[in-house]
Amino acid sequence: MDSALIPKGVNRCPLSELILKLGPVVAVLLWGVVAMFMCWIKGLNQTNMNDSYGFALWIWADLTVIALGGGAFFTGLLRYIIGKDKLKNIINFAVLIGFICYSSALLILAIDIGQPLRGWFIFWHANVHSMLTEVAFCLTCYFMVLTIEYLPLILENRQIDRLPFFHNLSHNMHEIMAVFAATGAFLSFFHQGSLGGVAGVLFGRPFAFREGIFIWPWTFFLFTWSAAACGPCFTIMLLKITERITRKKLVKDDVVDLLAKIAGWMLTTYIIAKIIDTWYWAMVTAPSLGFELTDFYSNNPFYGMWILILEIVVCGIIPSIILISKKGRSNPVSFMTAVVLAVLGACVNRWAMVLQVMAAPVLTFEGWPMYYPSWQEVATTLLPVAYGIILVALSYRYLPVFPQEVELNPVESEDQGGKAKKAALSGAEVSPARA
Amino acid sequence: MSHLVFMGGLWFALNILGLGMTYCIIKAAIDTSKGKGGEHS
Repeated sequence: MDSALIPKGVNRCPLSELILKLGPVVAVLLWGVVAMFMCWIKGLNQTNMNDSYGFALWIWADLTVIALGGGAFFTGLLRYIIGKDKLKNIINFAVLIGFICYSSALLILAIDIGQPLRGWFIFWHANVHSMLTEVAFCLTCYFMVLTIEYLPLILENRQIDRLPFFHNLSHNMHEIMAVFAATGAFLSFFHQGSLGGVAGVLFGRPFAFREGIFIWPWTFFLFTWSAAACGPCFTIMLLKITERITRKKLVKDDVVDLLAKIAGWMLTTYIIAKIIDTWYWAMVTAPSLGFELTDFYSNNPFYGMWILILEIVVCGIIPSIILISKKGRSNPVSFMTAVVLAVLGACVNRWAMVLQVMAAPVLTFEGWPMYYPSWQEVATTLLPVAYGIILVALSYRYLPVFPQEVELNPVESEDQGGKAKKAALSGAEVSPARA
Repeated sequence: MSHLVFMGGLWFALNILGLGMTYCIIKAAIDTSKGKGGEHS
């Protein structure tokens, strides 16, 4: 039914099967939409946020998807600026994931501000003393960059590409993509950093407060660093999931190996910096403010000392050792374990830097306030996940996301003479990412 | 000073993106008018 839209030389399931499989995902999406409108219509009383938790599940999700979406800017930087040409075979997917992550982040923010009609205030009445203003500016601009990077992929759809104007537009955009990628890397560096800076400048919250250089606390650099390390791991993780679902190999091993190796070295250097930062904070910064390390951890289920061990040892040191070793990367089980742990590490780090910062008591009479998200918060947090699955499914079906797919999965087709031949030979329309 | 940095940065980024896209669109229109890209139709 929609075969005219599917790239040449690739195999896709029937449309009815796709619709059937996406049914539960659409149900989750609709559940999230209902919750979203409840938050907009009835207000933020639909959440379990309170005076202790001005930042909660949404902001954790926001910071996490932004960190994990960092695969787009870092892969773009490696491909267009550093010149790792091999990554052209995964850049489309990285951009797609980045686009989903950043559009999700903006959606979550639109819900979180409670009054979305006033969203433009942050631009017009900018508080230039707030790192969050910088985040809002860079986030918006970088989303534009991702849209620009995603657009040529849409224009390469078989039917759209037939129109000469769109074909030329796509070609021209590819030609100057390095300019957009460089702008994206610049914007990402600052907004990823400023998200860490928000926590680091909180001198009233010793759990988060860090010293630094000029106006930037060390968390500024650690956040950018961790996004560059864990973002590509997230891209690889989703690639492997996509390959498992489609039962196809979509990207060659050497491409994945290169990206994983670079991510591994980024993770190794990051975790060394993180250990030094944590040690200095525990030994010097916190004691100078009247706190000991144990003051920041509790026996409650959310904020125990385990969170520090999980973040640094289990999700930091272990995956970095695996990813920088050729043997570790070549074993599928250890490789996948490392990638998942690295992604989990970013999630745990953002959890600590958002929620534990809020929870850790700073006054002698304060306890550890707990927070459990309402179903509306859970539904609106799952909404972007469902949206992401749908967009990946549709992009995979209709767009040439994986330039190596035709080569790796040749389709038998009958030519005019009745002989079977590899469709790969005639699959030139699946462009090898001119990106 | 802060206003200058923030707004300057914002408009700097917006200008690069805007000029880049304008260049692509105008060049695509010119190329199309010259008959380029027709081989895919």
